[in-house]
Amino acid sequence: MTAYKVLIADDNSVDRKVLSRVVRNQGNDVIEATNGFEAVDIFTEHRPDIVLMDVMMPGLNGKEATRQIKTIADEDFIPVIFLTSLSDAQSLADCLESGGDDFLTKPYNHVVLQAKIASYHRMSEMHRTLLNQRDEIARVNRHMLQEQCVAKAVYDNVAHAGCLTSPNIRYELSPLAVFNGDVLLAARKPGGGMHVLLGDFTGHGLPAAIGAMPMADIFYGMTAKGFGLREVLREINQKLKSILPVGFFCCAAAVDLAPDRQAASVWMGGVPDCYLLRNDGEMIETLSSRHLPLGVMSADKFNDQMTEFPMANGDRLFLWSDGIIEARNSDGEMFGQERLLNVVRDSAHASEVYEDIQRAVDEFVDGSEQDDDTTLIEVVMDDALREDKESAVTKAGISQGPRDWNMEYRLEASTLKSFNPVPLMNHIMMEVPGLRAIGGQLYTVVAELFSNAFEHGVLGLESSMKQSPDGFVEYYRQREKRVAALEEGFVRINMHHTGDGDSGKLTLTLEDSGDGFDYQQHDISIGNNYSGRGIPLIESICDSIEYHGKGNKVSVVIHWPLELET
Amino acid sequence: MSVRASLAGNGQELVIQVDGRFDFSAHQEFRDAYESASQVRKYIVDLGGATYLDSSALGMLLLLRDHAGGDHSEISITNCNDDVRKILAISNFEQLFTIQ
Repeated sequence: MTAYKVLIADDNSVDRKVLSRVVRNQGNDVIEATNGFEAVDIFTEHRPDIVLMDVMMPGLNGKEATRQIKTIADEDFIPVIFLTSLSDAQSLADCLESGGDDFLTKPYNHVVLQAKIASYHRMSEMHRTLLNQRDEIARVNRHMLQEQCVAKAVYDNVAHAGCLTSPNIRYELSPLAVFNGDVLLAARKPGGGMHVLLGDFTGHGLPAAIGAMPMADIFYGMTAKGFGLREVLREINQKLKSILPVGFFCCAAAVDLAPDRQAASVWMGGVPDCYLLRNDGEMIETLSSRHLPLGVMSADKFNDQMTEFPMANGDRLFLWSDGIIEARNSDGEMFGQERLLNVVRDSAHASEVYEDIQRAVDEFVDGSEQDDDTTLIEVVMDDALREDKESAVTKAGISQGPRDWNMEYRLEASTLKSFNPVPLMNHIMMEVPGLRAIGGQLYTVVAELFSNAFEHGVLGLESSMKQSPDGFVEYYRQREKRVAALEEGFVRINMHHTGDGDSGKLTLTLEDSGDGFDYQQHDISIGNNYSGRGIPLIESICDSIEYHGKGNKVSVVIHWPLELET
Repeated sequence: MSVRASLAGNGQELVIQVDGRFDFSAHQEFRDAYESASQVRKYIVDLGGATYLDSSALGMLLLLRDHAGGDHSEISITNCNDDVRKILAISNFEQLFTIQ
């Protein structure tokens, strides 16, 4: 059997010797102390496994010595068994209350004594194992948190690389764990305006963060290349569907902010109702989820239909994940959509809604534990977004890239139905370094020219329809109908560039299969609220615009570097 | 929270009843409920006793749908209270399930 180190403290030398012999004969090592002070000193020096302590000793009595020993032992469990000739219940209970673990009454029963020593030794072993495991868990946890911090830094670089700091955005992301199940992405479009995406992944932490990475990558990459939000969403959906296990998905609200059209297109899948607030009115417009979340449907069944809202400067969109609505107070009651609507309704002005919501949710929750991620974002329509913020081209590097080239691209009806050539066109033009600084304007020019050729030319839609808000909606309804029914027609795009590396000239020619229009009679510079924005926009960027033939062919010329407007 | 499964319609229909909060804690039980049954053609998820649904519950319903044959599956979700129905509506799950 194992030898235990046993400390015996008793001022009565006869009792002590007797007990020592018994304990030693049972195979243990014994150290003796003749009073309380000595017991404490010996304990400090020898660290015995177990202490047998006489209760009544002169100087420092057994109870006080025990208290000191227990303090010195700190986290270690050192069983102290009191030795006493007292046998009334209260005295025995007092022994335990003063910090002892057990008692033995004199005269000792050898069998019981041995069994107790062994039993307490098992207990201290168990205690030691527990401490080791606790320390191990703490160590592993520290390590994991450290790893998560590194991963989070990577994640933040990817997920929050965009323009969330733009003056037209206010947002709040409250992480439930190191990683957040919510994702907030915002990026400037090359042609001016902005894409914003709020996503809420199933679950929290690592699984959510893993899905967010490719999502952010696609969002920023495609937006920068000039792809429309529909294409971006389509791509994200396909990616998530292929990488996430069944049952994991991402509820999302995505906004395409187009200040040039003074409109916002919204796609919502699986997120609660959001609100659009007018700068000059009291009306609250409700935007509702019309789609399944991202990552649920296969690519061919995915619905990228967006809802368009006219949006003037200062109008505000409020988006949130279900965390706000499901925020619970101390009674377990949820904040709820109705309370949220009341806060919005009671706000003095649209500009105060954001703070009012934050305050109301904070007051409601009042320190009770969060059980979901709460994310809130306010997006304000701002004319400043139209401005091209891209820096001027630096002198270095200008002379590289293609100088003299020509490209023709003809799109037939079946292609036009579902393919947007503008990003590709833009991509080709961006190979010319000198054109990159005006990438935004160029994108706008190509996009406007193409949509004119396609919508007015191939589809035969009248732009005059867009003169009223109703007509505006009707226009896009008609557009959809005609696209679906489209069987013949084409758009031919020709890009021609000449240059010497320091300057250059780009000529874009677009021809369509439509009937054209009487450009000599048509006052193309007249604009109104909803339509006619395209042409003046093009005029401001291009050096010349020329219509040919029956009006179904147009060419524009752009010189770079752009001359500064005076 | 409890999940109970019973067979009906000559053993071709599986009725899965979920009571209480339908969230991640029901994951294993919910899975066991449909994985242990074979020869089932039609599934009925009875949420009459469910007080709340979270996104992981929606995920579990998608898992069931996958198990039941995806686009060819026949799954009804029945007896939803207003809160539960609202959550299903926000996620547009009526496009994937028959909600009664």
